[in-house]
Amino acid sequence: MRPTLTSAVESMPVPEPSERPWVEHGPTWSWRTAFRVSEWWAYRGLGVHLALRDIKVRYKQTVFGVAWAVLRPVLGMGIFSVVFGHFAKLPSDGLPYPVFVLVGLAFWGFLLSAAESAARSLAAQRELVEKVWFPRVVAPAAAVLAALPDLAVSIILVGIALAAWGVAPPLAVLMLPLWIGYAVVVALGISLWLAALNVLYRDVQYALGFVLQLWLYASPVIYPSDLVHGAAGWLFVLNPAVLLLDGARWSLAGGPVPPARDAVSAAVAALIAIGGLIYFARVERQFADRI
Amino acid sequence: MAIAIELRGVGKRYRLGGRQESYLTLREALRSLWRRRSAASGAPLWALRNIDLEVRTDEVVGIIGRNGAGKSTLLKLITGITPPTTGSVRTRGRVGALLEVGTGFHPELTGRENVFLNAAVLGMSRREARRHFPEIVEFAEVEDFIDTPLKRYSSGMRMRLAFAVAAHIRPPIVVVDEILAVADAEFQRRCLGKMAEIGGAERTVLFVSHDLGAVARLCPRVVWIDRGQVRADGLAAEVIEQYVAATSAQNTRVDLRGSEGRIVQLVEAATVDALGAEAGPVRGDPLRIQVSFALLEEVRGLDLSVWIEDRWGHRLIDESWADRTGGVPVEDFSPGEYTVVLSIPPVLPAGQYVTGVWFGTEYDDYVKGPIMHIDVLPRVEDRQEQLVRRRVVQPPVTWELRQDRAG
Repeated sequence: MRPTLTSAVESMPVPEPSERPWVEHGPTWSWRTAFRVSEWWAYRGLGVHLALRDIKVRYKQTVFGVAWAVLRPVLGMGIFSVVFGHFAKLPSDGLPYPVFVLVGLAFWGFLLSAAESAARSLAAQRELVEKVWFPRVVAPAAAVLAALPDLAVSIILVGIALAAWGVAPPLAVLMLPLWIGYAVVVALGISLWLAALNVLYRDVQYALGFVLQLWLYASPVIYPSDLVHGAAGWLFVLNPAVLLLDGARWSLAGGPVPPARDAVSAAVAALIAIGGLIYFARVERQFADRI
Repeated sequence: MAIAIELRGVGKRYRLGGRQESYLTLREALRSLWRRRSAASGAPLWALRNIDLEVRTDEVVGIIGRNGAGKSTLLKLITGITPPTTGSVRTRGRVGALLEVGTGFHPELTGRENVFLNAAVLGMSRREARRHFPEIVEFAEVEDFIDTPLKRYSSGMRMRLAFAVAAHIRPPIVVVDEILAVADAEFQRRCLGKMAEIGGAERTVLFVSHDLGAVARLCPRVVWIDRGQVRADGLAAEVIEQYVAATSAQNTRVDLRGSEGRIVQLVEAATVDALGAEAGPVRGDPLRIQVSFALLEEVRGLDLSVWIEDRWGHRLIDESWADRTGGVPVEDFSPGEYTVVLSIPPVLPAGQYVTGVWFGTEYDDYVKGPIMHIDVLPRVEDRQEQLVRRRVVQPPVTWELRQDRAG
């Protein structure tokens, strides 16, 4: 009796030697050996475990514990609302500024935490890279996965905020899974680049904080994206986070429909993700020797 | 039987310096784009060269060789952790590697959580991990602590837990690096048993160890790697015998010139035989440690001592020159070069030791520290089981047995 595919993966019996495929390691890079997607899938369990570890460890030995997942966006919302909403009087697409900025922070926070932990995912786990084989792509993917629970908490907070300010959720809320999916694609793309680059060049970890800060101001987190128009607008939409934040506000809080120029944003996100996969696959062979 | 592992003309080159200072800065990388490859500085070092090796699916193969001979690099190539510089490595299916136990352990997680995480790192499915979980906990003897964070574990418990997980993975090909060195004797014995079990069922096992006894016991076939090449490959007994014969001639002298010392300067240290010729110590023969040193000024009441520690840092021997006269250093030494020889009766079992010296007076330390590694080799006739017995001393003993009454 031939075992089904799932049971074969689950229980990993020892197949007959002649049935086992050859795995080849040669001196040169090849497309065929670099993208063994079935192997990535077989190691999904490791990805889940690494993500679970990061989540469990994240709030250990803190006084507020998991409450930080709530406190951080709420505190951010409070500070930004006072500084930019109250004093600077930034426009907010006709939404109450706190709701406006909370949606922005929810998705921005996800990108930020995925990027930061992905950059560390390989470089800070030297023994994992030097002493065991696993598809390296699992590590940055786990970093992205580990950032998802905080995003979920933030989205619930948005719901509460909507109720508090008496804003009815729009019909477009049905599109929410799409935006979460898009957020994951954007996060994975930059995570692949950051994880690989940081193993090879530790400059990345020093530059990262600064770059992320810049990225925050280049993204419509604290201001609406229609503030940037004309020629600057075309430069602006090269940022894949623009579509994410416009789309999330439209879906969650009834902001304006994302403008057509945001298609550029999606294209850039796709390019970063595909480029990231290829770059990662090209350099991952050097990780164990260079880490 | 089918081939499970196949290496053809495999070589691995590292750049000296490039390995320790492992990462380039971006600036260096940009500069190297400019100057092409030559900018990757450092002399090339071939860790392995022209390796051809075939292992069948049912084989258990021992890999031996001195430190730095390329054994670990070989394992990393077979597992795919690092790619070869030349040649090709092919394996039937993925290779499970135990290059280090406890990889991925996190101190903040509980024992239970770490078992599942570590199992996933080693490529075990969740279901499989759950099925083996009770056995793993029992094997590690940590039942009472399984929900305690790992940071509260003693190092022994942590090690046992790590090994217990490793011992329960069952990939078709498994490579095991020297990982038992830290285990206590009883646990070591159980682990070796477990490993023999792994090898039993249609599985390919590569076992790297300095413990020739364990290798001889577990592996019918042994490959000896020497300076990046296969020096011998064949029946365990024959290869180990060649290895022992060849290594006994090596590393019996160290040059200590250039070491610091204002008053005493070490010149060299060596192990010598009864006639004063350099020789590798063999179990059962007296061990003679010879140390040459230069005295730069006259010293009143100079004393010196020689000590030997085992791999676990137990100080087995610590003899001082002044002990002969009741412990008070009274002799005056004039400047010049001296050679001193300490003869120790045959008490050390085969294995690796570190020897060191101390020079000083009652008030001052002039020189102190380890000076050389000593490999006490087994006698050609004592292979197998008796080498893995853990003991501190093995003096010459005699047995008497008589039958007192016929039954």
